[in-house]
Amino acid sequence: MIGLAYWLETTIKVLVLAVAALTGAGLAVYLFLFKLISFMQSRLGPMEAGPHGSLQLVAEVGKWLQKEDIIPDHAEKTLFKLPPFIILATTLMIFVVVPAGPTAVVSSLPAGIFFVLAVSSISVLGVLIAGWASANKYALMGGIRAAGQLIAYELPMVLAVLGVVIQAGTLNLQEIVHQQSAGSIFGLDWIGNPYLLTQLVGFAIFMIAVQAELGQTPFDMPVAESEVIGGYMVEYTGIRFLVFFLSEFAAAVGFSAIAATLFLGGWALPDAWGIPRDAMFVIGPIVILAKALALTGVIFWVRFTVPRLREDQLQRFAWKVLIPASLANIALTAILKVAF
Amino acid sequence: MPAPKPTVPPFFKGLAITARTAKETMFPDGLKNPIPQPSKGAATVQYPHVKETPPTRARGVIALNEDNCTACMLCVRECPDWCIYIEGHKTLAPPRRPGGKPRSVNKLDRFDIDYSLCMYCGICVEVCPFEAIYWSPEYEYSEVRIADLLHDKTRLGEWFETVPDFEPYEAGAEVKQKPVSRKAPK
Repeated sequence: MIGLAYWLETTIKVLVLAVAALTGAGLAVYLFLFKLISFMQSRLGPMEAGPHGSLQLVAEVGKWLQKEDIIPDHAEKTLFKLPPFIILATTLMIFVVVPAGPTAVVSSLPAGIFFVLAVSSISVLGVLIAGWASANKYALMGGIRAAGQLIAYELPMVLAVLGVVIQAGTLNLQEIVHQQSAGSIFGLDWIGNPYLLTQLVGFAIFMIAVQAELGQTPFDMPVAESEVIGGYMVEYTGIRFLVFFLSEFAAAVGFSAIAATLFLGGWALPDAWGIPRDAMFVIGPIVILAKALALTGVIFWVRFTVPRLREDQLQRFAWKVLIPASLANIALTAILKVAF
Repeated sequence: MPAPKPTVPPFFKGLAITARTAKETMFPDGLKNPIPQPSKGAATVQYPHVKETPPTRARGVIALNEDNCTACMLCVRECPDWCIYIEGHKTLAPPRRPGGKPRSVNKLDRFDIDYSLCMYCGICVEVCPFEAIYWSPEYEYSEVRIADLLHDKTRLGEWFETVPDFEPYEAGAEVKQKPVSRKAPK
């Protein structure tokens, strides 16, 4: 490692995080929110700004930046200004532990996946503060819905991850990646051993929980525009809404990257392919980006297809289906781990 | 009781439908042509560059045939938005037959429709007993200033040039309206 001053290293890390999150969010917005949904509805989507509308997001960001920053009279002024940045911070922190190459990781924490699950729960604080500080009944209802939903789906997400952790025997994401690329299944090693194969149930539960954590349809009750007209975001405009909006998509890419790391083998290609380690410094980031975007595409595919569930259906699904299923998955994984 | 046939859950059916639509939009020629051609596959057109011709009976704008108007004020009274303004005065027209008495007619001074108020219900077109008001399929008349949406009788008369002629009824159809030519007799 090159010795850098602490402040310089930190600045570079923050810049890397911002670039990674913004690139991911921009790609997700353009590819899926603008284009995929348009094609699914047999239309073209934005076409005017840039070639095939590729600069549409830039135009929209410009629009939001020059909008008036409105704060309601009865809102709690200080608290009202805070939540977008809490959510942005938690979103950026998801990217901290995602490895993108043999050493390309902002901070390879020993308890990496635990860190992700911990910081992703902080965003519920931002949502609750936003809902309460707006002094708006719809915002409050949306905030409370979001809180209930995030708590309900945090649990299956943790339990789904536990299956992988038991199988890998480590919490470090870099280690989990190495185990998947070096492993073999039934003596075959040409695709390594992505945990998708052995943890299929865990993967499904994880993706459903991610869908709910991000508040994407069919779990978008916190921002349901026809019920609570935008929920906790109802009073936000201008740059604060922009931060909410981009954080949502950055978080989608971030969670997809986590899922790709846990279940699809992360940045690595199977060791059996014999690609030199030095080449992976270049190929790794491309591989993880492609996998993360593919999973984001699945999230948005579901979002554009299904209608919204009811609030009680949401809770019942989490507590009565997902949690028992993930507990059974953990038990089975543990038994098989001990047996073999 | 026979065992129910195994069915695909609706969730996956829905995913298949959206995926198929996306595929058909991107690859209208099938997957043999691997270059996405969404412009060809989309069901929509890019409006300012390509314009679709509206159907002949589309309700785009209301046109006035000034010669037929008698300033009877029926349309004004029936308009739910009160967006029609008519002013007229009585005048004498030459007699129909030689040696007859001059007729007393209403001369139209002002006929305005305020399209910033109009809700396009078409009641004025229906109540007009003299075939003076028509629907025209033209739709491009947005303005920068809202006051410019007040169309006077000259402008409404220009719209009348765009009214399509009466389409003949299909054979055997119930005749609800006397076919009157939309074009002013020369």
